Amino acid sequence: MEYLLNEYEVERDDYRCIRCGVCARQCANGVHSLNEVTKRMEADNSQCVNCHRCVSLCPSGALKIVKNRHTFRDNANWSRDNITEIYKQAATGGVLLSSMGNPKDYPGYFDRMLINASQVTNPSIDPLREPMETKTFLGKKITDIVRDSEGRIVYKSKPGLELSVPIMFSAMSYGSISYNAHESLARASRDLGIYYNTGEGGLHKDFYQYGANTIVQVASGRFGVHKDYLEAGAAIEIKMGQGAKPGIGGHLPGAKIIKDISETRMIPEGSDAISPAPHHDIYSIEDLRQLVYSLKEATNYKKPVIVKIAAVHNVAAIASGVARSGADIIAIDGYRGGTGAAPTRIRDNVGIPIELALASVDERLRQEGIREEVSIVVGGSIRSSADIVKAIALGADAVYIATSALIALGCHLCRNCQMGKCNWGIATQDPELVKRLNPNIGYKRLVNLITAWKHEIEEMMGGMGINSIEALKGNRFMLRGIGLNQKELDILGIKHAGE
Amino acid sequence: MKRIKILQEWCLGCRLCEYYCAYANSDIKDMVLALKDKEIKPKLVIESKGTATFALSCRHCHDAICVKSCISGAMTRENGVTRLDREKCVGCQTCVLVCPFGAVVVSEDGIIDKCELCTNNREGEPKCVRGCPNGALVLEEVEA
Repeated sequence: MEYLLNEYEVERDDYRCIRCGVCARQCANGVHSLNEVTKRMEADNSQCVNCHRCVSLCPSGALKIVKNRHTFRDNANWSRDNITEIYKQAATGGVLLSSMGNPKDYPGYFDRMLINASQVTNPSIDPLREPMETKTFLGKKITDIVRDSEGRIVYKSKPGLELSVPIMFSAMSYGSISYNAHESLARASRDLGIYYNTGEGGLHKDFYQYGANTIVQVASGRFGVHKDYLEAGAAIEIKMGQGAKPGIGGHLPGAKIIKDISETRMIPEGSDAISPAPHHDIYSIEDLRQLVYSLKEATNYKKPVIVKIAAVHNVAAIASGVARSGADIIAIDGYRGGTGAAPTRIRDNVGIPIELALASVDERLRQEGIREEVSIVVGGSIRSSADIVKAIALGADAVYIATSALIALGCHLCRNCQMGKCNWGIATQDPELVKRLNPNIGYKRLVNLITAWKHEIEEMMGGMGINSIEALKGNRFMLRGIGLNQKELDILGIKHAGE
Repeated sequence: MKRIKILQEWCLGCRLCEYYCAYANSDIKDMVLALKDKEIKPKLVIESKGTATFALSCRHCHDAICVKSCISGAMTRENGVTRLDREKCVGCQTCVLVCPFGAVVVSEDGIIDKCELCTNNREGEPKCVRGCPNGALVLEEVEA
């Protein structure tokens, strides 16, 4: 009964295997080993998480990972996951844990929207020959023109963020990801003129130098929050919720609280870092407003405050309240958003799609006449530049990406972050594994990714005859739905293809 | 002239460089035929102690003691690369003895062998550098 089917199998082409043993040396899960008797490499498939480290490094191309063909009796209702999860829980009595974003087969709305292009009656623009603006500003907009006694316009800017492209790296704490992953994100942000987010784990002393490109987060655990930390960042984010686990706090196991992390988080080494589900001082919009203004007061009203919420059922009403709390930017995290660890049932069943949340929030804030009071940043599985163009056309000011950034750093989405044995040096604190992510390589890959996406965004905007991100913002005429019902089209505020 | 810079901080000890080195110097294009069931004799070796590892190959010293001490004139220095003429080598191994880095190795036929930055094989540029998955070996331009 205890036997659990291994999900993956290592398929080794024994002819191509040169017995170099690189796979054995690189697998933190101990899958590969040399059989001293047969002198052949062997695999313990039960330990394989399908992270592709061995496959990527095998010099002779001898490896591939395949799904175990061994099967339960066909059943359209009881899937393999359903059955094996019950075995696991029956054996342990524990809550199931998972990592990264919701992998279930729910409809994806980005993939059911198409982008417009100019033909004949309106010219498209060639971004390689003509100016194309991807710069954007986040924060409260200036809504009235003030003149001095001589009639000259008084420029009074409000605290905000300037982005060269409407993309930021979303919150991932130092603890959930490694020092080298953080360094890669920080250096790439500085190179690109964008921002990365500390997550709730504080800011390592080595990274204060990247402060101008850092968003510092204040979450329910308040780890590593102090005056210098708040002042170090370009903006402060209050995390109310996370798309992968709305309504749930966080738990970084004591084993991951190594010396550097304990110093950064300001908690004892080896102690569990538990973030409560709610902020214990926030039970209303008025309470939120107090924290927003406390943080503004603490930083002399120089920094914009972001409030991050998970996309849940009443997201539009919640966002309206957040906008009135004094926040400069609302970040909304969709149900596909990633995590370093979350209860499986929460990750897979709580929250709503970011596309629908974004459309309804943007619409609600417009109706209430407070859209210019806040910028909207959306995250939760932005997978490509096309997703970004669609999000902006739906009304976002910018997007947050994290899973995409980790994939650029080597993540193969094996979704076992909670084990702390990331073979790619990302979701681990084991120094020998952390070393595998060389930030000199990592930051360049992030810069490459964002640069490539910037080119693609420009191409798509040019095709629509639009030459600035500002002109694309909330421009839902540029989108058409495909295979969507009337209700979905109404929520998204778009027409169907052909209309 | 080019040098292989060793960045111990990023070496994972995976030993891919050793295999790429042996492959590059094998004259056989098929890696399986070149390396399978053979004891490889790479011209670069992973030195390790505990968790610290790094890949060591010939440093191509400015004032190379191996060149000076070679009794048969097999070792020469050309364009910043310490070269070996296998025809002239008599296998006395004086160079092995004097090399302060232990970067000269003895090949199967008793003649010595050493890294020539892949300038003497089909690769043209160091295969170990290109094959390192973590940038622990970097080819850099240094003053002659």
